[in-house]
Amino acid sequence: MNNDIYVVIEHVREQVADISYIMLAAARDLAQETGGEVVGILLGQDADGLAGDLAADKVLYGEDPALAEFTSDAYQNALAGLIRENAPRAVFFGSTTIGTDVAGVLSARLGLPLVSSCLKIDDGMIVSQICGGKIMTESNLADTTTLITMIPGGYKPEEGQGGSPEVTPVAVDVADLRVALKEYIEPEVADVDITQEDVLIAIGRGIQTEDNIELAEELAELLGGAVCASRPVVDQGWLPTPRMVGKSGQLVKPKLYLALGISGAPEHVEGMAEAENIIAVNIDPGAPIFDIAKYGAEVDLFDLIDYLLEALEDA
Amino acid sequence: MTHIMVPVKLVPDLVEELEIADSGTALDMTWLRLIINEFDDHAIEQAILLKERSGGEVTVIAPDQEGMDDVLFTAAAKGADRIIKLIGDFEEGTNNHALARAFADAAKDAGPDLILTGVQGNDDLDGSVGPYLAEYLGMTYVGYVAGLSLEGDKAIVQKEYPGGLIAEMEVSLPAVLGIQAAEEPPRYVAVSKVRQMMKEASIDEVDAGDLDTSGGLEVSSMYLPEAAERAEMLEGDEEEIAAKLVEIFKEIGVM
Repeated sequence: MNNDIYVVIEHVREQVADISYIMLAAARDLAQETGGEVVGILLGQDADGLAGDLAADKVLYGEDPALAEFTSDAYQNALAGLIRENAPRAVFFGSTTIGTDVAGVLSARLGLPLVSSCLKIDDGMIVSQICGGKIMTESNLADTTTLITMIPGGYKPEEGQGGSPEVTPVAVDVADLRVALKEYIEPEVADVDITQEDVLIAIGRGIQTEDNIELAEELAELLGGAVCASRPVVDQGWLPTPRMVGKSGQLVKPKLYLALGISGAPEHVEGMAEAENIIAVNIDPGAPIFDIAKYGAEVDLFDLIDYLLEALEDA
Repeated sequence: MTHIMVPVKLVPDLVEELEIADSGTALDMTWLRLIINEFDDHAIEQAILLKERSGGEVTVIAPDQEGMDDVLFTAAAKGADRIIKLIGDFEEGTNNHALARAFADAAKDAGPDLILTGVQGNDDLDGSVGPYLAEYLGMTYVGYVAGLSLEGDKAIVQKEYPGGLIAEMEVSLPAVLGIQAAEEPPRYVAVSKVRQMMKEASIDEVDAGDLDTSGGLEVSSMYLPEAAERAEMLEGDEEEIAAKLVEIFKEIGVM
């Protein structure tokens, strides 16, 4: 085993995903402890140009037509070979639709431990955030190559940008494929583009019923904004998918983000942490949303909305 | 006929306060309230939807933990044909490697064409069950699935990407799919119907033997997060807070 830290670069439709840069920043912290290099692993077809901006010491580039766009088994097979042959100290994957399709399978296939939901590296320790942001853990690197999945929040993408690493082609074997990408389906066309709104009234599980959404709509109308939501509300079919903020949804940066009955799980926070002013209303004082909000209120949502509607109508 | 297996597990109810055990490396199980992993609940729904649409048989399988009988009878009330409880040392919790191995042993006997399970659990720390299960069974794995249809020996799955983008993937069966969301919200079943199932249906018990936790993770410490900067909490009753919010709205220039 060597001391290098590998980062599996994620890209979709010729765009490097932000999580890749975040992982490079974390890998830099870890490499300082192990004394190895930060190595980007880039898989694709005619994709070596994507390496240009990565803050890595070097990039290993595996090319194959089957790697043109991500599929789970092509990535699993290609990476299994690379990790087995080179035995790096650790490998970062995104805790994403791409990374989690690969990391767990490789953990089982190669017999290597996997640490989930890493937020940051602190003095060489892997700091993870689980249970919807309510629990933190610390783990050491194992005695073998350690696989790590990374969540955003601990580093800014800019910290992993700005390199000009040397790109070295490597042979990869993607044999025996059982998954094929048929097509990308574009997001539904939104009635309202929540990424362009200055004011967002965001609702979560705490809104309780579909009928109560009307209250949020009234607030949004009075403040000249729009209603958006966390995943549970959209999964219930109460609001359309383009209104969802978070990991699989939209990334928003409004002037005001009024979070009503949203606990603040990492998957949601990922989409709204950069909002200018976050105000959170939640009856649970332990809700993680209060850790990132500027102002908070621990009161009954519906009583507050009634008074707020009244006050806004009078104003 | 397509045989769909749905492995489910319990996770901490995050509405409750979580406490750390004296060991400092695990959750205190004493007062911990466990509920079905919400993504597993979506996996059950997706399996029932597939069965209703194109026939087949649904087996729901779960480790023996307090409260699991209710979960299994609820699944039966929703339309699961067979419910299985794995008997083993699960009460104090185990890691996902061990759980996946136990599910894999049972799946080898049952021989499903398709396994649907939650894409993750909120307490996952050593990866998630789905990918391990796939690898132990030599099946392929695709996660973040939010809808699928079956065409012969293939599944056509909708896989979620950020920003609402969907990748449509063709997956050869048998396969394990990590469900992010079912096509419909998990259905509600009346308590009376669950009670009726407790009389009519029976839970098959399968011995999981000694659990093999190897490959798991050693946690050196577990703690509650300390926020660097917590929100400024607005004091007063709802009426007073509403007035304060209006002032803040004016201050930040949205009114």
